[in-house]
Amino acid sequence: MAKKQLVRVKVNGRDRQAEVEPRLLLVHFIREVLELTGTHIGCDTSHCGACTVLLNGKTVKSCTMFAVQADGGEILTVEGLIKDGQLHPLQEGFKEEHGLQCGFCTPGMLMSSYALLQNNAKPTEDDIRWGISGNLCRCTGYQNIVRAVQFAAGKMAQGAAK
Amino acid sequence: MIHKTSPEIGGMGHSIRRKEDLRFIQGKGNYVDDVHLPGMVYGQLVRSPYAHARLKSVNTEKAKKLPGVLAVITGEDLAKANLAWMPTLSYDKQMVLATGKVLFQSQEVAFVIAEDRYTAADAAELVEVEYEELPVLVDPHKALDPAAPVLREDREQKNNHIFHWEVGDRQTTDQVFAKAPVKAQVHAFFPRCHPAPLETCGCVADFNRATGKLTVYMTSQAPHAHRTVFALVGGIPEQNIRVISPDIGGGFGNKVPVYPGYVCAIVASLTLGLPVKWIETRSENLQSTGFARDYHMTAEIAADSAGRMQALRVKTLADHGAFNAAAQPTKFPAGLFSICTGSYDFPNAFCEVDGVYTNKAPGGIAYRCSFRVTEAAYLIERVVDVLALELKMDPAELRRKNFIPAEKFPYKCPLGWTYDSGNYEGALKLALDKIGYQQLRKEQEEKRKKGELMGIGISSFTEIVGAGPAHTFDILGIKMFDSAEIRIHPTGKAICRMGTKSQGQGHETTYAQIVAQELGIPAADVSVEEGDTDTAPYGLGTYASRSTPTSGAATAIAARKIRDKAKKIAAYLLECSENDLEWEPGRFYVKGAPSKTKTIQEIAFAAYTNIPPGLEAGLEAVDYYDPPNLTFPFGTYVCVVDIDKGTGEVKVRRFLAVDDCGNIINPMIVEGQIHGGLTEGLAIAFMQQIDYDESGNVQGGTFMDYLLPTAVETPHWETDKTCTPSPHHPFGAKGVGESPNVGSPAAFVNAVVDALSHLGVRHIDMPITPWKVWNVLKEKGVTS
Amino acid sequence: MIPPTFEYFSPKTIPEAIALLQQHGDDAKILSGGQSLIPMMKLRLARPSYLIDINRIAGLSYIKEEGGFLKIGGLTREAELETSPLIRAKYPIILDTAHVIADPQVRNLATVGGNLAHGDPANDHPATMLALGAQVVATGPGGERVIPIEEFFLSLFSTALQPGEILTEIRIPVPPPRSGGGYFKLERKVGDFATAAVAAYLTLDGQGVAQKAGIGLTNVGPKPLKAEKAENFLRGKKVDATSIAQAAQLAADEAEPSTDLRGPAEYKKGLVKELAKRALSRALERAGK
Repeated sequence: MAKKQLVRVKVNGRDRQAEVEPRLLLVHFIREVLELTGTHIGCDTSHCGACTVLLNGKTVKSCTMFAVQADGGEILTVEGLIKDGQLHPLQEGFKEEHGLQCGFCTPGMLMSSYALLQNNAKPTEDDIRWGISGNLCRCTGYQNIVRAVQFAAGKMAQGAAK
Repeated sequence: MIHKTSPEIGGMGHSIRRKEDLRFIQGKGNYVDDVHLPGMVYGQLVRSPYAHARLKSVNTEKAKKLPGVLAVITGEDLAKANLAWMPTLSYDKQMVLATGKVLFQSQEVAFVIAEDRYTAADAAELVEVEYEELPVLVDPHKALDPAAPVLREDREQKNNHIFHWEVGDRQTTDQVFAKAPVKAQVHAFFPRCHPAPLETCGCVADFNRATGKLTVYMTSQAPHAHRTVFALVGGIPEQNIRVISPDIGGGFGNKVPVYPGYVCAIVASLTLGLPVKWIETRSENLQSTGFARDYHMTAEIAADSAGRMQALRVKTLADHGAFNAAAQPTKFPAGLFSICTGSYDFPNAFCEVDGVYTNKAPGGIAYRCSFRVTEAAYLIERVVDVLALELKMDPAELRRKNFIPAEKFPYKCPLGWTYDSGNYEGALKLALDKIGYQQLRKEQEEKRKKGELMGIGISSFTEIVGAGPAHTFDILGIKMFDSAEIRIHPTGKAICRMGTKSQGQGHETTYAQIVAQELGIPAADVSVEEGDTDTAPYGLGTYASRSTPTSGAATAIAARKIRDKAKKIAAYLLECSENDLEWEPGRFYVKGAPSKTKTIQEIAFAAYTNIPPGLEAGLEAVDYYDPPNLTFPFGTYVCVVDIDKGTGEVKVRRFLAVDDCGNIINPMIVEGQIHGGLTEGLAIAFMQQIDYDESGNVQGGTFMDYLLPTAVETPHWETDKTCTPSPHHPFGAKGVGESPNVGSPAAFVNAVVDALSHLGVRHIDMPITPWKVWNVLKEKGVTS
Repeated sequence: MIPPTFEYFSPKTIPEAIALLQQHGDDAKILSGGQSLIPMMKLRLARPSYLIDINRIAGLSYIKEEGGFLKIGGLTREAELETSPLIRAKYPIILDTAHVIADPQVRNLATVGGNLAHGDPANDHPATMLALGAQVVATGPGGERVIPIEEFFLSLFSTALQPGEILTEIRIPVPPPRSGGGYFKLERKVGDFATAAVAAYLTLDGQGVAQKAGIGLTNVGPKPLKAEKAENFLRGKKVDATSIAQAAQLAADEAEPSTDLRGPAEYKKGLVKELAKRALSRALERAGK
């Protein structure tokens, strides 16, 4: 067993740390060490995107990184979207537009959409589909997810206008 | 009569937003892998790399010595407890852990248990298994050859034939064919594919030595049935088993069978007295759990020269893999495949299916198939199009000419089913009008002159769901009723529990809406729970689109029982006779004096505080609903495609789905189901196959090659509806979850064939990959 | 799903990284984006005992024009290429390429250096770099050396990188006026490797005659291929629909695809022809601007 290493990260605004094996995948670190189980595992070949989180402001597949690589970084998971009890417009949008059914892909979709809207506040439908092309969904056929993101973009634009 | 309720009440027809969403959008779902119990350990299976081999030895010494490993279980260990084999849902048996031989690549051979999953993975590699390879059988057409290797040495019958099943009138059908002026035939293969829900299968088995109770958190679409199976197979008293199906990340039939991993985890927990978690990887899911389809079908239609269909003849070879583990009702080894007469008024029909074993993973019933209805609907809609080409008739016209007319319902088809209601002409007309069919045909003509390839595909499917009436339907002997229990609290809120189990279908919302409709209690005040066998009434679970037809019906009936009692209480409170009372959602009032009224909330309070003499306290009911018949949702789908001659790529330009599932509880949820199912149908038609090479190595055993469409490949879906209620269902609903998978593959394939039919193409097997199209174009000399 | 054990280092400088590579030899692997390596480790197909994470080394991520070259640092992420105004304005063929590598999340981590150093004919940048006539800068114990891209890919998963060398920079000669290119990839779905893909880059004179022609092929051979016969055919000829069609056929003839789950070899050859036509047409169009 390789020497454990200290990983210090800021997760959803809170400082966390643990000693971990180098081979510990970031997704297992998040789910089992940090006990944030909103981030999911849907495959073993890095295709499904259910494990998507933001690391230092960029979406990554947390199953395709080692926790040690994130040392010193900032992580945002789905649990970090809600602020002071207020749902993020994306979360509102997913509920309003029926953008989820079984909910398993939803955290990853929310994180990818979050990053998309950060980089592009007025995405077209094509932009949205492209932006979530690294996230697989079996239940919704993506159509209402697109609507959910459009809802959020609209709401955030209103909020920005105020 | 269905009263219209206000949006605040949220009864039938309201697209109220889902109650379950709040936890999912916050990442607070409780899926099986989220379950963490004190002292929990982890199991991992060791699997065979060979498709067919003698198991010479399984050496677990190295694995056991790895620090952190608690135990390693082998087939031999299980055999001592008579658990090396388990019954399947098709009255076959399946090895839990292999003894003697292995029969498919990825078959379960040993189970290691360790303190954490990383150690378990390391330990699994250290289990040393010696195999002696045997000749492999992967071609089902060779399964019945005398020279074929006999796969199942455990059976008395020493061949690879599982069953022969037939229905209809062979003799008359053959006679009609002999004389028919027009015949059309298609050999249509429905490839083996896999439902691949985003959450894989798994469980946490927790045997508590102090209490003697076994709790199994598991990805189960049918928790009660699973509990009973565990009790019978494991010899554990059923009251000491609790199955909890928490949140399930998609099922699509993948989570109906009992898998070796569950049994191993339970055995490990019983042995160690610790909670044991087993979560399979995606590769394991694709390579060993219940696949779907793998039907080699031939359909023939005999018609008169005017295009009136006279007879249908169907012969199918069913590849079941190494064990018959298909989850289907007992009397139907080919599921409900005999719905293959579809929407058409055939005077005669005959259908036969032969099932065989091969060296492949077991399964067959999955992926929103409604018990083989996907295969049947695909077949009939394909052969009808081939007939249209034979007759040089427009495929819409041919369908219209042969639809079962509205006045013939309830309709008894020659293969035994009584369709409850239908209006096929209505759905077809709406679909064609909305897609602009005539203009599209004109456009196609113009494009053909320029050498451009465009196609229009129609699928007018009828399907059969809601299994099913006790006289005909059971799984392992358990009748296929379903249940609902409703209890109203003093403050007028309600809690309900059903025997079904949602995996994303929105039951926490839709069942609440049924109660809202029947009792006028706002859906927001109705709590719905499913999946805990300690609290929910017995049911057969959710698959085959059966929830609304069975449990939904039970919910309505239970609510009506409550309403009956509420009426008595209201009469008592209003000091009048029950006959003087009228009902509208939420209240009883005196006929002609509407101000003399009691709300359901007031009645509920009275049920605990001011109980009429002679009546019991409380306001609750349970119903176990035995459906009198199945239900028959239907629809017409139209698909428009353009083909890139240079690459063979097929682009879906438009897809319109007109569905009829009778009365709808929540239109938003139904639309979502259609979107999802069409996306699965698209994948099946164009991208998906689990195939095996001649050595039995699986091709397409990971998401690298088993392809799920992303948002980019998925087109925009257009949906619409007609409404033909089911006459026998308490609120006229039929169920709809699988219709899009049932109806769409034929629409896609018909469109592609239609694009190429002027070149003489009659059929292309799925998956219609770009290279298949390109090969056809090359053969016909029309690549760019 | 779970990789085997390894020891992990995250050096802060190139010399440190090189020293570690030398110390551990074949048992060590560089961790760059990790989007190819980590999936292989999870399947236990790659089992390095030592992982040398170079992501903490500063100064390896840049996109700039300097000294007649477009210089891209080896650690530059695909996503950075996608959003670079310089790439978008002057090197759209590289944007085409980055855009179709995997998916958005992978592109945030995957590096250009990794995409080339892996030596995988299925990766996308090799064909584009072959078409652009790029150079690879390798930094090793002996210092820096510049390797022309035509000499870089040796065979399947094997490049000209010597033990102890790290791919630190890619250089593309700044193109003369009337240059343009395109990358066309056919994939079964977003995120897949190419069933086939073609990169084409042309430099024309005032009469539309090709002065330079570069054509690279993805995933149709044991290594990334340079369609030299097609290139030679086009050089000195007016680039139009006819010459493009002929060049495309030559490119298809030079492809050596295998039949696999993405399709039969014959189809892939047909695809090379079709995609080469499209890539060359795009190159012609962009060169005209």
